[in-house]
Amino acid sequence: MTSTDPGPDRGPAGPSTPRRGISRRGVLGLSAAGAAALLGGAAVGRATAGIGPAGLGPLGGSGAGHAAPTTAYPFEGAHQAGITTPVQDHLHFAAFDLSSRATRDDVVELLQDWTYAASRLTQGLDVSATGALDGPESAPPDDTGEALDLPASGLTVTIGLGPTLFEVDGEDRFGIAARRPAALAPLPPFLGDALSTEWSHGDLCLQACADDPQVAVHAIRNLARIAFGRAHVRWSQMGFGRTSKTSAAQATPRNLFGFKDGTDNILGTEEDRLAEHVWVAPGSATAGAGDAADWLAGGSYLVSRKIEMLLEPWDRTGLGEQERVFGRDKRVGAPLSGGDEFTAPVFGDGRIDIASHVHLAHPTNNAGATMLRRGYNYVDGTNPLGRLDAGLFFLAYVNDPDTFVQVQRSLSTDLLNEYIRHIGSAIFAVPPGIEPGGWIGETLFA
Amino acid sequence: MTPTRPSASVPAIVTVAAAAVVVLAGCVPNNPQSSGTDGSGAASGALAVTSDDTTCEISAAEATSGTLTFDVANSGTKVTEFYLMAADGLRIVGEVENIAPGASRTLTVTVQPGDYQTVCKPGMIGAGVGRADFTVSGERVELTGEDAELKQEAIDLYAAFVKDQVAQLLPETEAFVDLYVAGDDEAARADFPLVRAYYERIEPVAEALGDLDPRIDYREVDAVAEGLDWTGFHRIEKDLWEPAPGALNSDGETDAFDGWTPSTPEERAELGRLLVADVTELYDFVHSDDFTTFLSDQGVDWISNGAIGLLDEVATGKITGEEDWWSGTDLYDFAANVEGSKMAFSLVEDLASRKGAEGEELVGQINDGYAALEEALAEHGSLTTGFVAYSELTDADKKQLSDLINALAEPLSKLTTTVLE
Repeated sequence: MTSTDPGPDRGPAGPSTPRRGISRRGVLGLSAAGAAALLGGAAVGRATAGIGPAGLGPLGGSGAGHAAPTTAYPFEGAHQAGITTPVQDHLHFAAFDLSSRATRDDVVELLQDWTYAASRLTQGLDVSATGALDGPESAPPDDTGEALDLPASGLTVTIGLGPTLFEVDGEDRFGIAARRPAALAPLPPFLGDALSTEWSHGDLCLQACADDPQVAVHAIRNLARIAFGRAHVRWSQMGFGRTSKTSAAQATPRNLFGFKDGTDNILGTEEDRLAEHVWVAPGSATAGAGDAADWLAGGSYLVSRKIEMLLEPWDRTGLGEQERVFGRDKRVGAPLSGGDEFTAPVFGDGRIDIASHVHLAHPTNNAGATMLRRGYNYVDGTNPLGRLDAGLFFLAYVNDPDTFVQVQRSLSTDLLNEYIRHIGSAIFAVPPGIEPGGWIGETLFA
Repeated sequence: MTPTRPSASVPAIVTVAAAAVVVLAGCVPNNPQSSGTDGSGAASGALAVTSDDTTCEISAAEATSGTLTFDVANSGTKVTEFYLMAADGLRIVGEVENIAPGASRTLTVTVQPGDYQTVCKPGMIGAGVGRADFTVSGERVELTGEDAELKQEAIDLYAAFVKDQVAQLLPETEAFVDLYVAGDDEAARADFPLVRAYYERIEPVAEALGDLDPRIDYREVDAVAEGLDWTGFHRIEKDLWEPAPGALNSDGETDAFDGWTPSTPEERAELGRLLVADVTELYDFVHSDDFTTFLSDQGVDWISNGAIGLLDEVATGKITGEEDWWSGTDLYDFAANVEGSKMAFSLVEDLASRKGAEGEELVGQINDGYAALEEALAEHGSLTTGFVAYSELTDADKKQLSDLINALAEPLSKLTTTVLE
């Protein structure tokens, strides 16, 4: 381990602790790195730890909207990191189911253990104080070690709670059924859905994003290991080549069809749009009001859709037809109604097909429905037919899941549907952020 | 595995007292003449055991917890052994061996409340004779012995467990081979997974013995890869479950008949002879001083690591259905591996739970993990009533078992360091 542990937590997460995962006592002493980062922007990562807050902006000071490898985003804050954070290059997403024997205490301790571990990992530290190398010879190391020598790489870990955490077949599993917001329910069926439970649902989820895929995988691997016995991975997804941007400095990326999509995404700096579309407001219908306070206020809803892209048929489609399907020009991403990428599309004069993707998905044709999209391309190798098993792992944050439902219903006649299939679906409530010493989910279980 | 688990909740650490009596501080043997010191009427002093070639009589079927003394007299014609076992019939709480005809030896052992079995093993082979229930009541006895003593006891008991399993493996293998050589394939198929259970419970021992495990337990793809003559259980398995034309081997690409033909009667006789010879070699080894030396050299951490090693066997081979490719009896091996793992764990359980609250919590997690895994496995059968074929497991079944193995193996991986602390 090349890092210097900056936190006061060295003791509680001692080397020989046989507890599952990381001692929850460690949560009470969340790292100073995290606290400092709240004040000074980014802290520094594994490879350069010990220098203290570096004063790098969230973009790490490098050009082209690309964060420096040493960028470490604060884990604490009003909202969880990984939503408005400038979209990192790589994703490892995992949905978990709780063990049938897990108790409410197990869930609380797991969320505390995850919070503590994530607060370290995101700062470029090993998962515990003894980490990969400083434990006893006779014990497996706490940390799996593949991120040794790697900087924080902009890692964020975002924790979500699925509908089945609250209730399964009418059973109040952990005494929180009454606090399930009505909006936190499985998405309704949509025309053309080809969903598989293999890529759908989950009691909990972890979204790990980083600019180095090894750092993202390291986070999910170690957090899953902490969960063993209490929760197990239901499904997971690796993603690369972010398909959207949340920072003006980032160029709009292209999806695997070669198009710029999501040009008009909500940016992390657009406080008004975030408040209007992303953050759940106190007292709102989706804030988790039930028998108690609005536990989800300041949080959001995460919709995941695994969308398979039928690349071979698409690649045999003429350029003009491809542009008609999207409603955009392929070269710069301008709407077919003219202008450049950022020109607002003009609908109704025939230049943009009414069944094109941009027409059907655009807020102006969906009563203003807007989502913060954070999806990634994926390639899971080759399918049994010898075709690329590839597509878009769509992630969107909204303050009301109905926003997604309305847009997705509009897309039922999308020309693009000939080339895509929705094969996975999940929804999670993403609790608000925490102050140092807190834990994700504390407002729900309080 | 039996659902009653005195071994898990009421661990008993013992003194193996054939040659030397280890006296645990605070545990003084009761006066052999006294009886029913707690007023229950149960014996708590010396118990008389008489063993001949077919019986194993004990003077009382009940006792009070504490240090018990078994005076074992051999009135038979063969050298005999006496075992006090947990109710599961696997875990040995105490044993005394090498009791010559006409001789007597004494077993002194500290026994916690719970259900047990007593059994004698004249001839030092087979499942034993006169197996009977033995109940211990009373209060739990605090152990105050030093770690070093407990570690040596764990090693001694593990050695006894291995000897017991191999002593049953050998005659079972001989009977199985007889059926196979005689061409009674139906009976041999029924025997196959049951015979293997004795082997699978002690797999780490066999695997530590160089070329013995390859000769006894290699799959065809393993033998081919290493350029070995293919012998042992799996070679016989393929004769008993002859592949359909066009079937593929466990590598998923080699034709089952590529380099293989069903064994002739002569070949069967030779393969049977080799298997019995190899198992006999294993029997001889574990009953030799070399084995005792081997285990003592390895130390107690070899036992706790063996517990995790057996689970790894399950996680890598059995859950994928690669072990018993032709018979589909992987779940029998699975269950036996888990039993062997739990047995090894139970021997060091007290050492771990003595390490403060964290040790106790770890032991609790591990016991919960075994219970959950056993419960899930029981949905698919048992070693006594039989398991479903591996092919009948759904992907969801396999994932459930795999999740439970992960849940158990993670705390189990911390056992060694806790024991050695």
